[in-house]
Amino acid sequence: MKFGILVNEGPYNHQASDTAYQFAKAAIEKGHEIHRVFFYHDGVNNATKLTEPPQDDRHIVNRWSKLAEEHGVDLVVCVAAGLRRGIVDENLASGFRISGLGQLVETGIQADRVVTFGD
Amino acid sequence: MTESTGGIDMDEESSGTIKKFAFVNRKAPYGTIYALESLEVVLISAAFDQDVSLVFMDDGVYELKKGQGTKAVGMKNFSPTYRALEGYDIEKLYVEKESMEARGLTEDDLVVPVEVLTSEEMATLMDEQDVVLSF
Repeated sequence: MKFGILVNEGPYNHQASDTAYQFAKAAIEKGHEIHRVFFYHDGVNNATKLTEPPQDDRHIVNRWSKLAEEHGVDLVVCVAAGLRRGIVDENLASGFRISGLGQLVETGIQADRVVTFGD
Repeated sequence: MTESTGGIDMDEESSGTIKKFAFVNRKAPYGTIYALESLEVVLISAAFDQDVSLVFMDDGVYELKKGQGTKAVGMKNFSPTYRALEGYDIEKLYVEKESMEARGLTEDDLVVPVEVLTSEEMATLMDEQDVVLSF
């Protein structure tokens, strides 16, 4: 199955991003396709390369980058939500790209299922 | 158009497919940004010629409340935008009856005409959708 994923919450503050990542990883392992992960609302904060969590904690941003690197997952950050929160190309972690909300609607059209992670 | 739709060439990638999209609004209009940013997705979706419905339930029914005064909280009153949706051919607005009544509201309190559905009817509506995005 082809999945679209919507992440609506920022890292660490909320579990949504962790669960979305685990879901994406499990889906890929089961042979499904992740059409796109779209980061919206505070979810755009998953894309900053400036985070430095304590060493004994998971590195959420790097985890996403690795997923993109290893499986070619398209990680898209909403441009408008990003600009509001200071997520711009200059501090974008590897594997992410900034684009418009149309990418979310397009995932809805192209994917078999869109799964939302957030409140 | 290119910028607003995220650089997608709709003629090649998405034309022809019409899916039923429901945007489910469950949060109060201020206090969190969900309602405002949800409305931004709705407006973009209009560019894709999809079958779009808007659902308002829980505190989301407050998004449509008439007479919102936001000056004191320093936020923009975006409720007039709901009246502009008709111009984008987004005309299916549904409010959950139980949510509305629990908050002492009637259809007369709302800025736009809506169809009021019971939670049971709402479940049927959602079941009919291809994509449900909840904010």
